[in-house]
Amino acid sequence: MSEEIKIAKVMDLKGLPCPMPILKVNKGIKEVEIGQVIEVWSTDPGSLSDFPSWARTRGQEILKTDQHGEVTKFYIKRLV
Amino acid sequence: MQNIEAQIEALQSQIAAMEKKIPSNKISMIVFSGDMDKVLAAFVIATGAVAMGMEVVMFFTFWGTPILRDKTKKAGGKDTMGKMFGAMLPKGTCEVKLSKMNMGGMGTAMMKSLMKKKNVASLEQMMEMAEEFGVQIFVCEMSMDLMGFKREEMIDYSGMSYCGVATFLEQANDSKIQLFI
Repeated sequence: MSEEIKIAKVMDLKGLPCPMPILKVNKGIKEVEIGQVIEVWSTDPGSLSDFPSWARTRGQEILKTDQHGEVTKFYIKRLV
Repeated sequence: MQNIEAQIEALQSQIAAMEKKIPSNKISMIVFSGDMDKVLAAFVIATGAVAMGMEVVMFFTFWGTPILRDKTKKAGGKDTMGKMFGAMLPKGTCEVKLSKMNMGGMGTAMMKSLMKKKNVASLEQMMEMAEEFGVQIFVCEMSMDLMGFKREEMIDYSGMSYCGVATFLEQANDSKIQLFI
């Protein structure tokens, strides 16, 4: 994962608790093309478990997860 | 050769029969409770399930029924019992209480302000989202009749219909998840 990931869209979901992050990301990923990557910022601690569950269920791919203090940044590739 | 063909045919019909038994990617929920916290949980699961790619059906029965009343609507032609139930039961989402720590309404008010402060979606917002996501709502006809509620006093929700127990069972039978809340 050393090369730069090209981001098609950034979603700032800071401050939103469950279930909003998952509802928003599910909607947001449909707004980019298949193969493109979105960057999602979340402060909800539940997202750490929820995003992978959602991605596995929906067939999407989480390329990378970065922790920046309270904010977790997810890089999600749309596969379907 | 003929024997093999017959065997394949038998297998194919068996597979077809088995496919019919695989439930849809659907969740069926009974919302029996009229408590704010429990109904909120039901809607969190409902909207979350849509995000997980599932079809969602919710069946409102008994104490869950009055949550679907519209406080701005009025219905006439009720008998004494109907009027009494109508007055005593919550008229829509704004009048529902917490299942614990209600403390004469103080606890519920505190919870609502805390939810606002923490950005937690309100019951009203959750219901709006559920409607937008295409969550189907079924209302128990027997509860409506028992409590004297009229259809004209219920909220406008696209995808809301009235039913009996067989409708729920048919949906539940075709669901991967069934919940009673």
